[in-house]
Amino acid sequence: MTRDIALVAFAQTDHRRTSDELSEVEMLMPVLHDVLGQTGLKTADIGFTCSGSSDYLAGRAFSFTLALDGVGAWPPISESHVEMDGAWALYEAWTKLLTGDADTALVYSYGKSSPGSVRDVLTRQLDPYYVAPLWPDSVALAALQAQSLIDAGETDEPALAAVAARSRTDAAANSRAQLRGSVPHGDYLVRPLRTGDCSPIGDGAAAVVLAAGERARELCERPAWIRGIDHRIEAHSLGVRDLTDSPSARLAAEKAGVFERPVDTAELHAPFTSQEIVLRKALRLGEDVRVNPSGGALAANPLMAAGLIRLGEAAAAIHRGESDRALGHATSGPCLQQNLVAVLEGDPR
Amino acid sequence: MPEVLTAPLTVEFPFTRSLGPVQSAFLTGLRERVVLGVRTGDGRVLVPPVEYDPVTADEIRDLVEVAPTGTVTTWAWNHEPRRGQPLDTPFAWVLVRLDGADTALLHALDAPGPDAVHTGMRVRVRWAAEREGAITDIACFESYDGEQEQPTGHSGEFADAITKIVTPARLDYRYSPGRAQTAYLRALADRRTVGERCPSCHKVYVPPRGACPTCGVATTEQVEVGPAGTVTTFCIVNIKAKNLDIEVPYVYAHIALDGAGLALHGRIGGIPYDQVRMGLRVEPVWTEGARHPDHYRPTGEPDAEYDTYKELL
Repeated sequence: MTRDIALVAFAQTDHRRTSDELSEVEMLMPVLHDVLGQTGLKTADIGFTCSGSSDYLAGRAFSFTLALDGVGAWPPISESHVEMDGAWALYEAWTKLLTGDADTALVYSYGKSSPGSVRDVLTRQLDPYYVAPLWPDSVALAALQAQSLIDAGETDEPALAAVAARSRTDAAANSRAQLRGSVPHGDYLVRPLRTGDCSPIGDGAAAVVLAAGERARELCERPAWIRGIDHRIEAHSLGVRDLTDSPSARLAAEKAGVFERPVDTAELHAPFTSQEIVLRKALRLGEDVRVNPSGGALAANPLMAAGLIRLGEAAAAIHRGESDRALGHATSGPCLQQNLVAVLEGDPR
Repeated sequence: MPEVLTAPLTVEFPFTRSLGPVQSAFLTGLRERVVLGVRTGDGRVLVPPVEYDPVTADEIRDLVEVAPTGTVTTWAWNHEPRRGQPLDTPFAWVLVRLDGADTALLHALDAPGPDAVHTGMRVRVRWAAEREGAITDIACFESYDGEQEQPTGHSGEFADAITKIVTPARLDYRYSPGRAQTAYLRALADRRTVGERCPSCHKVYVPPRGACPTCGVATTEQVEVGPAGTVTTFCIVNIKAKNLDIEVPYVYAHIALDGAGLALHGRIGGIPYDQVRMGLRVEPVWTEGARHPDHYRPTGEPDAEYDTYKELL
């Protein structure tokens, strides 16, 4: 069965370094109300709800069941959860809508990194036999990738600093962003990466509403139609991969139809400056493509939400009429191990 | 609003993991100062070795010994080592392609500073003094300018191969329960139970979690409930819990505090276990320094009518 499915609304929190005064559900609820308010839908109108989060971030077991309180999940709703970025929850919701079982879906995700030490937390996603016992933190692994790129002549430290500066300058127009405007590039965190090359650590949430066919046109003036969406993963062993390339991002893009004709805007989930270099090449983005007008993950990277935010920002650019064909990308795992790519289009104007 | 509560929280667990045959051989080999790789169908040698070909997913079992010397393929200087990492002095993270291998292994390189490290430099394994069959049996790598060391031709068969590893994991958090639960916990410290009312359906949640799961809206109006309540349902516990100083059998009950929209649970005392019943009226018993009621005991009031609590079962 083929159905046209679109992102019809997007909302996000302000992203901040800490949010002690809010539990996860307290942080999430305003975003859910915002996204439902944009469409005029109530929880009872939603056909399927899917969320993405990780209990490891805040060290809070089964936090996603508590977060469901914010949806209004009683009487029981049709619902699912992925222990992944919300972009993959969106993918699940998209497949659900494709089956025809539902016409609308609410997708949300959230992450509170502030209670823990996220560099250490992320070591727990690594190979538990050969890698995790060494506790290589997320910045260290990204730094190995950055050095590979420098050795290969694909970038250098000034070029990386320029990616950081451009992202945060663009983020000045994004009131939700955590790092905006002029941000010092800082000292080495793990050489060759400086603090400015790394995304900020913070808390935040996001939500989108998906709708199929005519329902999408009823709910949104200019729906962002999902023309293709795909996700691919690479081997978990870092030493097996070519860290200067992203074959999984390229393959996902190919399957999503990115290369059929040019996009005008791309929201890339690159938590480190060096990863934007890899993604631009893999996704064949030329100089004429607006990359991360929101500021991207270098301006705000609430884990588990930052990928969904990329898709949401791409959709919002179409809603506003600023883009006709946009690419949204999300990543997961060390050094861009897993990648999701979506192509979104607005109706011709 | 008073400041939210926070408290340290440590999540710690020793994961015991069984090993597949290739992992077992590799880690046992490290214990014996032998580095093993595995050959894929297309003839490449993977170090560290895996059970399945990362490209074809074929089962691969052909073990090949490689040299303890190799070449750095990329590196990153870590001037501030973190807990659990291989060295506690500044070091380089490295991917090392050992001589005889086609892929690289992640580990630490002991070096005096970043100027002493470069891609392409020659290194060799520095073995840990005590080895048990773990990736940490390689203490780290060190700079090496000698000849390529030759493998001993080990078969990969070991008389006493390890079959599992124990990997301790510890994460430290500073936990905050947020606004609603902070208010609940602060009130409990004064021996009061405070819930929150949903502005839409008016149900009073105890303990409050900040949202009404039926309406999906924030609960903000604080409502003191109890202290007395009604047993809505109960069970008799006959198994003594470890480290719990309560004689069995005892009764564990759902208790709807007066004014609350749902029941919480607690132990019933001050009455023989076989006389506890639905509708029994109870009140909390506090002990010195406790953060919540130790148990609930009968108030002596007549039992509540079923109709008064049937919606709270």
